[in-house]
Amino acid sequence: MTYVIAGSCIKDDSCIEVCPVDCIHPKPGDPDFEAAEQLYIDPVLCIDCDACVEACPVDAIFADFEIPSKFEYALELNAEFFAGQTTAERTAA
Amino acid sequence: MARTQERVAIVGAGPAGAFAAACLLRARGHTEIDLFERLATPWGLLRGGVAPDHQEIKRLQDTFDRQTLGRGCRLLANVEVGTDISHAELMRHYTAVVYATGAQTDKSLGVRGEDLPGSWPATEFVAWYNGHPDYREVEFDLSAKRAVVIGNGNVAADVTRMLTLSARELERTDVADHALEALRDSRIEEVIVLGRRGPAQAAFTSAELRELGRLDGVDIRVDPDDVELDPASREWLAERGTFTARKNVELLREFAARPARPDAQRRIELRFLRSPVEIRGNGRVEAIDIRANEIARGSDGSLRAQPVDCDPETIECGLVLRSVGYRAVPLPDVPFDERHFVLPNERGRVLTSAGDPLPGVYAVGWIKRGPTGILGTNKRDAEETIGSLAEDLGNGALPQPPNPGREQIDALLAKRKPDLVTAEGWRAIDGHELERGRNEQRPRVKLTSRQELLAAASRS
Repeated sequence: MTYVIAGSCIKDDSCIEVCPVDCIHPKPGDPDFEAAEQLYIDPVLCIDCDACVEACPVDAIFADFEIPSKFEYALELNAEFFAGQTTAERTAA
Repeated sequence: MARTQERVAIVGAGPAGAFAAACLLRARGHTEIDLFERLATPWGLLRGGVAPDHQEIKRLQDTFDRQTLGRGCRLLANVEVGTDISHAELMRHYTAVVYATGAQTDKSLGVRGEDLPGSWPATEFVAWYNGHPDYREVEFDLSAKRAVVIGNGNVAADVTRMLTLSARELERTDVADHALEALRDSRIEEVIVLGRRGPAQAAFTSAELRELGRLDGVDIRVDPDDVELDPASREWLAERGTFTARKNVELLREFAARPARPDAQRRIELRFLRSPVEIRGNGRVEAIDIRANEIARGSDGSLRAQPVDCDPETIECGLVLRSVGYRAVPLPDVPFDERHFVLPNERGRVLTSAGDPLPGVYAVGWIKRGPTGILGTNKRDAEETIGSLAEDLGNGALPQPPNPGREQIDALLAKRKPDLVTAEGWRAIDGHELERGRNEQRPRVKLTSRQELLAAASRS
């Protein structure tokens, strides 16, 4: 499974700070950070630890089996944000 | 040498001020912070801007409360800096003053008829439905069948949604009671949203755009011709387009391909490459004339809207909401950059007209960087400003003010603002509103007049 970030994300970076595997992007300082409307979780790297869910101040993060219907699209959207990146790119700091 | 107590005033308790207070407490836990707010309630646009049907975002107020008021930062609300207390007075009482006053007015379109009754800045409609006390008495005429929203950003999306949501959905939100009543009786059936540029340049987030296509009983119309991108936009989207821009174009193509739903109760039509030319009517808005644009590459490479030589088109409507951006207003006795509508600053340190730092004066949020970004953008912005402030405090660059004691500012405010609202007063307001909400199965029922708010605060 994976966690996913929904459209109510406010780009508070609390989730990035607590993610133990660095799978939430873009990060402050990344070239695409300012233009990003929300943050995304890389489903390939997510270890389902729940830390980001606890950290999110607006409850915008859901386990993939608990996504409310209005945010159904978010599972595909999070994955799509990382599509086309190689494993090396995904795991680069 | 004994360290003197640092006391910092933050002016404006919106998201930028709240993030700044939280950040300063993390950086220098011993600093005393007073958070000034013009209204009787804190959290600025989180309460008064974020749309009522986006309740999940409003949960951020718990974090603000916990990280600021919950950690000893004081709230001094219902106090207007510049009116009740001057900048010079703040400088006499605090080691530093951080302005977080936001952008309080709207940009104008510059077309004829803009000020006709029935043509409003979208921001005033937002303030009205969110229960901002200054807009409670405003009356929006929702008796015409068609409204036109000018602009393609998230405020345009919010007001379009608020005009088309059913009463049943609105009743589940914390929309102000006066707005709920007016919107329940609204006869608006169609909202036309005009974008000056094309689908690839729309400033909506894809989340907001997607929502417009998922409203209950609302048809969304996009002309297939409008989503045929011009060559320059196509090239830009393929080579440099953001993830959001690509998603927006994808969504708009999907909307354009949907069959019309004549049975829908309401309709949203998104039109692109259209600019208003004139708002017309006899004593009030009756129609808007618009013209077509095409995308042209500017000298700096940016893609701009350029008028096409053709006759204007007339759209009959009874309401026009103009949503083309916020703009900051100058603050008394503080430098202001009239070209960029911000406090001139370097990494948050406010600069004099000569370009030198004005000791002890800082800026954060929209008054610092202009009205850009989303809520969380203010967190990084606050980190920069507070970084500068913490550096200056750490270097001893900020002298002790003449009246540094907390009791001195308290004595002054007690005299001038006996109805000042503190954190306790705000908690009483908050508790009262939440309780009213529980009684009506709503997230919150807001108090919307200053008098009611002050009465609730005094019951703390």
